[in-house]
Amino acid sequence: MAVIDLANPTRFLRLVERVLPWLVAATVILFAIGLYRAINAPDDYQQGATVKIMFLHVPAAWLGMFGWALMSIAALGTLVWRHPLADVAGKAAAPLGAAFTFICLVTGSLWGRPTWGTYWVWDARLTSMLILLLLYFGVLALYWTAEEPGRGARGAAILSLVGAVNLPIIKFSVDWWNTLHQPASVLRIGGSTIDPSLLTPLLIMALAFVCLFITLHLAIMRNEILRRRVRSMRLMQAQEMHA
Amino acid sequence: MNLGPHADFIVAAYAATLFVIAALIAWVLLDYSAQRRILGDLEERGITRRAQRKVND
Repeated sequence: MAVIDLANPTRFLRLVERVLPWLVAATVILFAIGLYRAINAPDDYQQGATVKIMFLHVPAAWLGMFGWALMSIAALGTLVWRHPLADVAGKAAAPLGAAFTFICLVTGSLWGRPTWGTYWVWDARLTSMLILLLLYFGVLALYWTAEEPGRGARGAAILSLVGAVNLPIIKFSVDWWNTLHQPASVLRIGGSTIDPSLLTPLLIMALAFVCLFITLHLAIMRNEILRRRVRSMRLMQAQEMHA
Repeated sequence: MNLGPHADFIVAAYAATLFVIAALIAWVLLDYSAQRRILGDLEERGITRRAQRKVND
């Protein structure tokens, strides 16, 4: 099957039905290994056992940002090439990105209280992440409240592109401003500063989260294609009743 | 396994994550079955999409 064939929703649905069971299996296996390694990982010399929150917080933060990057790429497909699957992909990424950003903020808050002595501070990293969550809510509101789906899709695509400005701000906020949040310790020039005994379970958990994201993204895209079919059939039915 | 003096925070973080992911999965599964049911009802009543009609013709 050529890549261009996936542009056809029917062929895309067939592919999703084929790959989804494999993705579910890979996600379950990766989470089983990742959680086992996370539970048995040694305590941090400073933070003690609270470092176990990192195995949830860091992958959720990465996926919160990845969701918006995906929406921005999909927005180009919607606005430039007017591809129907691009809008479906963007719309499917919005609730996922919002959920992972929410997980990042909640777990970060629960990690911050024993580590920093506070659940929340208005520092650049935390605030820019909160802005990302609010932007997600904005996109979801555009999709869910637009009377005409095409108009909602265009509005969401424009907001996705404008909101992409926030991604480098989140990433480099810890370098540009003096923040309570620690600087980058995994994805940085010069390599990770985390000990391999903690880095390995973190990377396995990150892979599990990525698999979960891809699985849910494809499943939500499938649901959205079916929802559009229902809408199209109801329009046909209404036209026939008027004729 | 000893989670130390901040065990409540660790357990709460894992519980919150599990809750959000479980809610997402439940929403996806319920939405899928709802869309399939509605599509089935419409097809039973003989309503087809324009693309489907072209295939049938």
